[in-house]
Amino acid sequence: MREQALMRTNLYVGGSSPGKLLDARFYNEDCIVYDLEDSVSAADKDAARFLVYNAVRYHRPPDKYVIIRVNGLYSPFLEEDLAAAVRARPDAIRLPKVEHAQEVRRVDEQIAAIERAAGIPEGTTSLWCNIESGLGASNAKEIAAASPRVAALALGAEDYTASMGALRSKTGWEIFYARMQVLEACRLAGISAQDAVFSDLDDLEGLAEDLKTTRGLGFDGKTVVHPRQVDVVNAAFTPTKKEIRHAQRVMEALAQGERDHTGVVVVDGSMVDKPMERRARTVLAQARAAGVLEEGGGDDAQ
Amino acid sequence: MKIKKPASAGTLESSDVFVSVAPNEGGGIDIELESEVEALFGDAIEAAVRRELALAGVTEAAVRLQDHGALDCVIAARVRCAIYRAAEERYDWTREDGGQ
Repeated sequence: MREQALMRTNLYVGGSSPGKLLDARFYNEDCIVYDLEDSVSAADKDAARFLVYNAVRYHRPPDKYVIIRVNGLYSPFLEEDLAAAVRARPDAIRLPKVEHAQEVRRVDEQIAAIERAAGIPEGTTSLWCNIESGLGASNAKEIAAASPRVAALALGAEDYTASMGALRSKTGWEIFYARMQVLEACRLAGISAQDAVFSDLDDLEGLAEDLKTTRGLGFDGKTVVHPRQVDVVNAAFTPTKKEIRHAQRVMEALAQGERDHTGVVVVDGSMVDKPMERRARTVLAQARAAGVLEEGGGDDAQ
Repeated sequence: MKIKKPASAGTLESSDVFVSVAPNEGGGIDIELESEVEALFGDAIEAAVRRELALAGVTEAAVRLQDHGALDCVIAARVRCAIYRAAEERYDWTREDGGQ
């Protein structure tokens, strides 16, 4: 994983409302997504741009990964959105409805030019690409690899199902293939995979059930559109005691192997390889973030 | 920059401020503030408005604010938006470059 930040939850917050923008700091989401797109009317795009710029530049939440979602690649608002959003210095810009690698490369060049003009180290601003159509899902591997800026792909299920002529269901079987396309692309590129929104805000049990698929398939996090979903999603990404203990044993074994200059380390009859070490580190990072493991606990091999 | 027409930005919601900007030819800068926290923060709010007007090079404008507990960064954003709408000009984001 190129990105080290924890990304269990990314919460959309409308860019028009100062109250919502400021309240969002106090929920437990790992990533906060200030939105300039769907939640903002065409007449208020300029106002949202000023508001989000000032909120991120001068009132940035210190402990969150900050993202700004700009308007669509072919909208008349994108150029000004990028001019403002990159200068606000978020961790990432989120692009809606990405379908082709060249779209990413074009935006990459636009961002690089703004970074140079603004004195921001080039390459600092990451990109999250929303995959929201069959075409986007089909090109996910090329999109994920289109630029070193791409830090995550996020599946958008509502637009995806519309593009496929499918009906959205709570079981989510109609987005299974897209989930796998996004996941595979992210794993090949070494970036974060973010699952789609669970749309029924009143059905937290349904959300928990959906999260079994999210986590079971291997996603790193999930997009949420309401604060009440945040803790449920975070809980689903909180490792169990058994998972934490196993991860600690992997790290302890690696540390012991280093001290003993042992080439091969074995835990429970399995050789500890790089993927196992990476999984163990991820489990411990998730456990620490969830407050079920003390800071530094278990990273004996570091 | 010249204020050409009346324009506004913001809402009357909590944590927001509704800002109206209008031409004020020959009258300089005229600021009218309604705020529950005027006694405590009135001077700071007016200073923020004057700062935004100066940055935009506006020397004549009538500005009215209806504040509902907006933070500094919100007041600045709303005032700037109303000024540029009233001047019918697009904000040049390169103005943010350097100096920070």
